[in-house]
Amino acid sequence: MIKLLTATGKLTENFCIHLGLYASTFSGTVRRMGSGPWHLRMLLQQAEEVGVQSLPVVMLTALFTGMVLALQSYIVFHRFAAESLTGLVVSMSLVRELGPVLVGLMVAGRVGASFAAELGTMRVTEQIDALWTLSTDPVRYLVMPRLIAVTLMMPLLVVIADFIGIYGGYAISVHLLDQNPVVYLENTTIYMELEDFYSGLVKAAFFGVLIGIIGCTEGFNCKGGAAGVGTATTRAVVISCMSILVSDYFLTAWMFG
Amino acid sequence: MNNEAPRISIRGLCKSFNNNVVLEDIDLDLMPGHSTTVIGMSGTGKSVLIKCILGLLKPDTGEILVDGENWLSLSEHEHLLRMRRIGMLFQGAALFDSLKVWENVSFALLRQNFSNKAARERAIEVLEWVGLHDIADLMPAELSGGMAKRVGLARTICHKPDIVFFDEPTTGLDPIMSDVINRLIVRLHKGSGTTMLSITHDLKSAAMISDHIALLCHGRIHRIIPANELHSDKDPMLRQFVEGRAEGPINCSQWGKKIEEAMNR
Repeated sequence: MIKLLTATGKLTENFCIHLGLYASTFSGTVRRMGSGPWHLRMLLQQAEEVGVQSLPVVMLTALFTGMVLALQSYIVFHRFAAESLTGLVVSMSLVRELGPVLVGLMVAGRVGASFAAELGTMRVTEQIDALWTLSTDPVRYLVMPRLIAVTLMMPLLVVIADFIGIYGGYAISVHLLDQNPVVYLENTTIYMELEDFYSGLVKAAFFGVLIGIIGCTEGFNCKGGAAGVGTATTRAVVISCMSILVSDYFLTAWMFG
Repeated sequence: MNNEAPRISIRGLCKSFNNNVVLEDIDLDLMPGHSTTVIGMSGTGKSVLIKCILGLLKPDTGEILVDGENWLSLSEHEHLLRMRRIGMLFQGAALFDSLKVWENVSFALLRQNFSNKAARERAIEVLEWVGLHDIADLMPAELSGGMAKRVGLARTICHKPDIVFFDEPTTGLDPIMSDVINRLIVRLHKGSGTTMLSITHDLKSAAMISDHIALLCHGRIHRIIPANELHSDKDPMLRQFVEGRAEGPINCSQWGKKIEEAMNR
């Protein structure tokens, strides 16, 4: 019993410490955004790394998700002769839910891991300490550009993913399942409101903040050499993915509740 | 030492980690233009001492006065501004992997809004000084250990600091490269009159690059002597360290016992 209580206590303590670290990294970074230097070169480099380099994986994920959605919806709707609603289901699911969540999970795996590994390696090889001794604020130089880049790039990636996913659904419905293209496109757009689109973008930006803060904090506070970098990277991916899925529910409940 | 005011004055510095006291009531003065080396066994807190001075670790108590100003009471921003007068050579050089050699060397200048051209020119000038003029466009991953250390040294002095710290400057290098690094440090010291604090296990290096040597033992500065007296000083702890004996007043019997037990198993 005592062992169980001790383990629970340690787990709770660890959870609180990490929550505190994330909050402190976030507040410290936001506080620095009020004034320069901005390290624009670093910001552009990160934006390219997060945005452009994530495009292939995001596009592929969105394309096949759209295609699978179309196929599954068609099979179900065919049972009660409502096949024309396929386009609506594909677009609404992608724009409101699957676009931001799937892009978030992909970016968490690719970018969150890279943030944690890169900063973790810099920590254990004393490069972060070296920045300080060269009169450079490590949080401003390393964390701020990454956080801004991932927060700005996530909505852009989601917009692209939405279009590619809807196109994937269209291609399957029209070319494979012989649906009328005009009806498909009309049903895709007619019931969709701007709010559906915006809500996805808000979610994407929020997930971007989560990925940036968790990845950078895990890397920045990494300890214990190569093994520590490995642990930090794993933690960054797992915690980011879990946070995206949990916060997605609360964001949805808040926006559409 | 003379009557001049110290450049860096450390008073009653204490630092512990999870109730494990590493530094206990450290008092140390670094005089302007002097080179001091702190020697001591592994794990005695030499690196912790430098990190406390640089603001990388926060001491539990004590004062760190640089030209009379207590750096422990500075804000983060003020501390960063003061770091412009500091140079630090890390044990593993700590070069930035994503930047070219010249960008590493002139990093501090680029942050101070020097133009790329001016920063590159200064970097190449300093690289020439350490005998590496033709590697400006290489990446750190392409350098050998000795080259990385010399690039680290070039980065340390590129922005002309007036206080320089060296963390194990010759560790991991072959004897010839160690001598090259030692000579460069001596040349820097004599040429610019920089105040230096080094930490090392390498007694040859310590004798060569320092004016004074301090022995850090059991968390305290046990003794400070002129570097030329390193081999003649009669202090038992210093003798044990210089002669490299396991038996003596520096208590390492616990480790010795553990090693013996492990070997017997």
